[in-house]
Amino acid sequence: MSAYRDEDPRIHGIKTRIRVVPNFPKPGIMFQDITTLLLDPKAFKDTIDLFVERYKGKNISVVAGIEARGFIFGPPIALAIGAKFVPLRKPRKLPGEVISEEYILEYGRDCLEMHVGAVKPGERALVVDDLIATGGTLCAAMNLLERAGAEVVECACVIELPDLKGRERLNGKPLYVLIESH
Amino acid sequence: MATAEEQQDPRIARISSAIRVIPDFPKPGIMFQDITTLLLDTKAFKDTIDLFVERYRDKNISVVAGVEARGFIFGPPIALAIGAKFVPMRKPNKLPGKVISEEYSLEYGTDIMEMHVGAVEAGERALVIDDLIATGGTLCAAVKLLERVGVHVVECACVIELLGLKGRERLGDRPLFVLVNST
Repeated sequence: MSAYRDEDPRIHGIKTRIRVVPNFPKPGIMFQDITTLLLDPKAFKDTIDLFVERYKGKNISVVAGIEARGFIFGPPIALAIGAKFVPLRKPRKLPGEVISEEYILEYGRDCLEMHVGAVKPGERALVVDDLIATGGTLCAAMNLLERAGAEVVECACVIELPDLKGRERLNGKPLYVLIESH
Repeated sequence: MATAEEQQDPRIARISSAIRVIPDFPKPGIMFQDITTLLLDTKAFKDTIDLFVERYRDKNISVVAGVEARGFIFGPPIALAIGAKFVPMRKPNKLPGKVISEEYSLEYGTDIMEMHVGAVEAGERALVIDDLIATGGTLCAAVKLLERVGVHVVECACVIELLGLKGRERLGDRPLFVLVNST
């Protein structure tokens, strides 16, 4: 089930702070730049508050954030709802024993890793990233958490690119976003 | 010179013990300070942020700059709590807009750090955050990027300082605040 909060009065301020950079990282891509959102303390706070209001009191003990922009939004949410933060990283960044999940890119593959022992079976988890495009990265993140026995309650992103159908790739897992960009 | 350990804040002991040391990562002989275990301890993580926020909240700081990628974990919660903007300092080709770049030395070779043009304005007061200071090369590059555009770097703040690698010296007379020392 999808949800996005375009009726909440804070959404407009958040949306206007996101900068679109054409032809990055390659021609034809309209890149959604959240760094300008982070320059507006009120809009950044509102972004976090919208997620915290949704997830507080839902017994979520894990917020997993995808490297690197998921590291910006995940920890403030985790701190506010009393959950631990688990970074999901590119290969060979995490120093301890890891589990890995491979996923398909437009050309080739990539890999996402999580520390063994970060998450315990039965824990309820959120996955956070700045944006969902094709859903490949989020899907890999969910798989890592589920392989460790956690229940992924929802995926949460600031922005969704609906035309890339990432939502469908989540196998029915709920996705919550603040903004859609076509 | 400031460490919270000297003042023996009661929260420091738990923060220190929550950090996992991993031998021989990323290469033999290195004792890697792993903060991911700190992030699993909700009280210790909150205490870490609180210690920085208490120090900086009334200091008129408008910018918190965090160094990719672990600086992205500690910087934003501090920025949010003190009402400052957060500016990510990144490896090359990650930031989509126009950037300024600063090259810095590694043990072997050099690397580059980038910041978006227009993220900060001359005269702003800034903190630079990273999880750890070792040789100080990365922090120094971040400080230089900010100083080049006229920002006053009030202090560098890290969770951990690796003593013996002279990072503090490399920062010169720029203040450094850390929570935990490690040899």
